Amino acid sequence: MSIDKETVRKVAKLARIAEPEQRLEPLAKELSGILGWIEQLNEVDIEGVEAMASAVDVKLPMREDVLQDGPTGGGQPENVVANAPKTEDHFFVVPKVVE
Amino acid sequence: MGAEPTKLLQGTTGDWEVVVGLEVHAQVSSKSKLFSGASAEYGAGPNENVSLVDAAMPGMLPVINKYCVEQAIRTGLGLNAKINTWSRFDRKNYFYPDLPQGYQISQYKDPIVGEGEVEVEVEPGETITVGIERLHLEQDAGKSIHDLAPKESYVDLNRSGVALMEIVSKPHMRTAEEGAAYFTKLRSIVRYLGTCDGNMEEGSMRADVNVSVCRAGSYEKFKETGDFSHLGTRTETKNVNSIRYVKQVIDYEARRQIEVLEGGGEIDQETRLFDVKSGTTRTMRSKEDAHDYRYFPDPDLLPLEFDQAWVDEIKAGLPELPDAKKHRFINEYGLSAYDASVLAADKASAAYFEEVAKCGDGKLASNWVTGELFGALNKADKDIETSPVSAAQLGELISLIKDGTISGKIAKDVFALMFEGEETGSPADIVEKRGLKQVTDTGAIEKIVDEIIAANPEQAEKVKEKPKTMGWFVGQVMKASQGKANPQAVNEILKKKLGVE
Repeated sequence: MSIDKETVRKVAKLARIAEPEQRLEPLAKELSGILGWIEQLNEVDIEGVEAMASAVDVKLPMREDVLQDGPTGGGQPENVVANAPKTEDHFFVVPKVVE
Repeated sequence: MGAEPTKLLQGTTGDWEVVVGLEVHAQVSSKSKLFSGASAEYGAGPNENVSLVDAAMPGMLPVINKYCVEQAIRTGLGLNAKINTWSRFDRKNYFYPDLPQGYQISQYKDPIVGEGEVEVEVEPGETITVGIERLHLEQDAGKSIHDLAPKESYVDLNRSGVALMEIVSKPHMRTAEEGAAYFTKLRSIVRYLGTCDGNMEEGSMRADVNVSVCRAGSYEKFKETGDFSHLGTRTETKNVNSIRYVKQVIDYEARRQIEVLEGGGEIDQETRLFDVKSGTTRTMRSKEDAHDYRYFPDPDLLPLEFDQAWVDEIKAGLPELPDAKKHRFINEYGLSAYDASVLAADKASAAYFEEVAKCGDGKLASNWVTGELFGALNKADKDIETSPVSAAQLGELISLIKDGTISGKIAKDVFALMFEGEETGSPADIVEKRGLKQVTDTGAIEKIVDEIIAANPEQAEKVKEKPKTMGWFVGQVMKASQGKANPQAVNEILKKKLGVE
């Protein structure tokens, strides 16, 4: 499987990655190479083998519905906005995004 | 069999059919969020209920809330749907300031709940069945506030990560009324189950409304074959947060689409916004690839697996749901299907009614609850949970009517006294204290009747020619007895004395 320059452009745009025009063609070749390599997996016969979701045999752990303290709990708006370029009253302030 | 004529909309070039499907987002009534231990409560200060997981700080990992999983299963069972004991979370990728992760954790290919169906009462005597496509768990996004500064938006992530159940219907609704009735029914079901509080003002429940139109007869072909190509292109109107607005959106979109198609245009498959002020919808200014979400399984989360035994246990603990309750009310109390569904639609109303019905007359209890009580509550802008008249009081009041202690008319007065807070306590004591007991003693009534006839000889003559004017005497007697005379006794005595057959 190979992808073309236009696909690279679209994927880059969807991922909000700015790629200069001259990088699109080389990227298409590199990515096609990676996809081709992964495609070798198709040679393996997986008839009757259940799709694997994880390499470890554990179930999704669940937690009880209780409020937590520390990083996984609330009540720390200063920490939450600490890295924001602009804040006010604990709000993040961003360029206008209105529909 | 063709489509029912009532479901057709007339255009200038012929008849059209409307097809509606709803995606309803219902917030799980949990204490904490779906994947973090921050509070899910409404109304906190900006970013107060945000953990570093919700803020998508590097290195933070999601851990699922068992309670939310249980509520999704409960809701699925309430929708008579298939519960999938193996499901999975996917990342839905898009960029927006109120979504710090850059993706929403949702369920795409393998939702926790599969197909089901619900019965929906559209109006008295008309019930439809609406198919459920699926229910899945997902995270809510944060909130952007646009009116605090001219060139900036303010972002509050308190909602970010709150657990939502997205309930997707099949395109089984055909009118605005059916869409609104289905939304109402879903709300009733989740409130019964306690899985969502159904509070639309706070955004706990909102709908994305899908509407398309097609030529008369095409919907039947879709129904037979399941082939969506028989249906028209649909639009999706986002975040509609009231039952009335759902109705408005469907009406407006159907008319708009017919107009576009009859004018030779085409419908774009697009996302639209509802404008509450004008009651119209408009295109969302979105990019052409806005729907390219590049879903993939979330590598931070293992598949969600649980035993059928847990599902069975949850099922065993389900409360009686609105439909079952409605049917029981019809059978047990002899109510009409409509009254039964009105009372059963709300858990608190149903409980209130059953308490009142202990007076031994379900029919009369239903009349009082849906009539006098609902009317008074409505007028006073109160709900059943804050009713000034308790169910026990109302039940006792009805008992007093039944055993002839007071007339229905006096009962209404006593009800008003209790409702306005002028009297509290037992209705029997109020009646006793105020001397409102019905006079059934015929001797006493006869005395009043004789006095009134003697004082109004001309009127008495008139009654002999025009028996209908006897009503005037009934009124006078009731007035003289301060409403306490037994109306039946008054009628009989008057007829006898005035010589009316």
